Amino acid sequence: MTEATLADLVILACAQAWRHDGELMATGIGPLPRLGSALAKTLYNPALQTTDGEYLYGDEPVPPGKRTGPIVYEGVANYERVFAALWGGRRHSMVGPVQFDRFGQANISVIGSHDKPKSAMLGARGFPGNSIVHPNSFFFPSHNKRAFVEGEVDFVCMAGYNPARYMNGKAPAGLDLRVIVTNLCVMDFGGPDHQVRVVSLHPGVTFDEVQDNTGFPLARIADAIPATPVPTDEQLAVIARLDPNNVRATIFKDNPPAQRAA
Amino acid sequence: MILDKRMSADDVVAQLSDGMTIGIGGWATRRKPMALVRAILRSDVKDLTVVSYGGPDVGMLCAAGKVKKLVFAFVSLDHYPLEPHFRAARQSGAIEVLELDEGMFHWGLRAAAMHLPFLPTRVGIGTDIITQKGFTFKTVTSPYDDGEELIAMPALNLDVALIHAQRSDQKGNLLVTSPDPFFDELFTRAAPKVYASVEQVVSTADLDIEANARFALVERARITGVVEAPFGAHPTSANPEYHLDLKHLKTYVDSAASPEAWADYRKTFIDVSDADYLAAVGGAETLRALPRPVY
Repeated sequence: MTEATLADLVILACAQAWRHDGELMATGIGPLPRLGSALAKTLYNPALQTTDGEYLYGDEPVPPGKRTGPIVYEGVANYERVFAALWGGRRHSMVGPVQFDRFGQANISVIGSHDKPKSAMLGARGFPGNSIVHPNSFFFPSHNKRAFVEGEVDFVCMAGYNPARYMNGKAPAGLDLRVIVTNLCVMDFGGPDHQVRVVSLHPGVTFDEVQDNTGFPLARIADAIPATPVPTDEQLAVIARLDPNNVRATIFKDNPPAQRAA
Repeated sequence: MILDKRMSADDVVAQLSDGMTIGIGGWATRRKPMALVRAILRSDVKDLTVVSYGGPDVGMLCAAGKVKKLVFAFVSLDHYPLEPHFRAARQSGAIEVLELDEGMFHWGLRAAAMHLPFLPTRVGIGTDIITQKGFTFKTVTSPYDDGEELIAMPALNLDVALIHAQRSDQKGNLLVTSPDPFFDELFTRAAPKVYASVEQVVSTADLDIEANARFALVERARITGVVEAPFGAHPTSANPEYHLDLKHLKTYVDSAASPEAWADYRKTFIDVSDADYLAAVGGAETLRALPRPVY
C-alpha cells in the first residue's frame, strides 16, 4: 500500500471540479489541475475532452511530461478552434493566478502599476474572455496573503463577483467561478453574496490557519468543516497510471504526505 | 512579365520606416519570422508599434530598443513562461502598451481584415483591460431588441505584417504545413504590405496545391514579398520541419542577464550572416533532429 501524498489529494480534489460537467473541454493549467482533469475523465465523466497541452484532443488523457507510449488522438484544438469553442461556453478551465481577491478577480499580468510594473509577468492571456464565457476554477500551490490579497488584485485579468465593475449593474452572463483548490483547503464562492467559503480542510489543517494566510475574511460551510478526502488505494493506482513520469512529486517541497505529521 | 516576389530580408527591412505598426505572425515560441526580426535588429528602423502574440520576436525587438509601443495579450517563451527582455522593457517603463485579451486581439485583427472600424465583444467587461491608461475603450449598444451594451474592439490596422511559412512559389502562394496556422491569415489581411519568410521557394507545380489545399494560407494577392530563409523561424518551431530549440532558448534567456550578455548574444547570433547564424546554432542537421518538446 502506498501512502497518499498531498499532491495526490490535490489531484483528487481538482477532479471534483469537472465531475458533473458533462461533455465539454476540460483545461487544467499546470500538472496538478491537468492530472485532476485526467482523473475526472477517467473516474467520473468520460465525456470530458482533454488536450495534449498543444493542439490535439487525446482519446485518453495525455500524461504530463515526456510521452511514455503511443497516444491516440481524437480531435483538433488549435487556437482558433479553442477560441470558437470557449465563446460557446463549453469549457471549464482550472488556472493558477498569481494574485486573487475576495471577488474572485484574478491577476497574471503585473505586480505594481500597469505603466511601470514592479514585476511584469505574462499579460492577461485569455483570462478576460474565459472569465465571462465559461466556468473557471483555480489552483494555488502556496496559500498565502501574497496570492490571496487584502484589497483588489493589482490588474484585474479575470472578472469576478464585483458589482462595482459590472456593466449597467448586471453580472456578465457567463461569469461562473467554481472551486479553489490550494495546498491547505478547498474553497468555493458559496458564502453570502458569493463570499469565498472554505468547504473542506486538508487533513491536519485548521480554519484559523487558512484564514491567517488569506487577506480577506472567509466564510465556512459548517461549524465543523469536513476534511478533504484522501485518495483510496484504487484512486491512487489510477493517478499513478495517469502520471507515469511522477511529475506530481515535484510540485510541493519534499512531496509531503496527504496527512500532515502531527 | 513573370510575377516574381522573391526578395532578401534586407529588402524587406528597406520597406520599413520609423514609427510603423508591424504585425508579427506565429504564437509565442511557434513559427515566428525570426530571420526577418533579426534583420530589423540589424537596421536603424525605430519607434515601431509591434502587434504580436508575443515570444522572442517581441523580446529581441525590446532588447534592441526598437519598440515604442506594444500591442499584446501575452509575451512568453512557453517553457520559460516569462520573457526576460520584455519584462525588463516593461519594468523600466521603456515601452507603451495596449494589453488585450487573446480573443480581443483576434477580434481586432479580424475587424482590420474585414475593413471594419471595430467588432463588438463582451470580453474586457469586469476587468482592467478596459480601464488601462493609454486607450479608451468605447461601448456600442445592440440596435436589436436585446439592447445589450458591448465593448467595441477597435480594428488593429497594420502597416506591415511579417509571417513565416514552410513553402511558397515566387508568386507568393504560401503553404503553412504546421498543424496550427494560428492567426496568420488575419495578419495578412490586416496589412497593406505582407512579407513572408519561407523555408523554401519551389515551383508552383511543386506546391501541389490540389493535395495541400488545406495548408494554403491565403490568396497570393495579399503577399507583397517572399524571402527564402531556411530555418528562418529558429529558435522557434516550424514543425513538422523542425521543433523549438530549447537549448538555444536557454542561451537567449541568459542573454538578458546583463548588457554584456546581450551584446555577446547580438555579436554571435544577430550581427552575422544567415550562414554564420546557422553554423552558430549547430547547423542544419542538428536543427532538423531537434526533439519535439512537450507542452
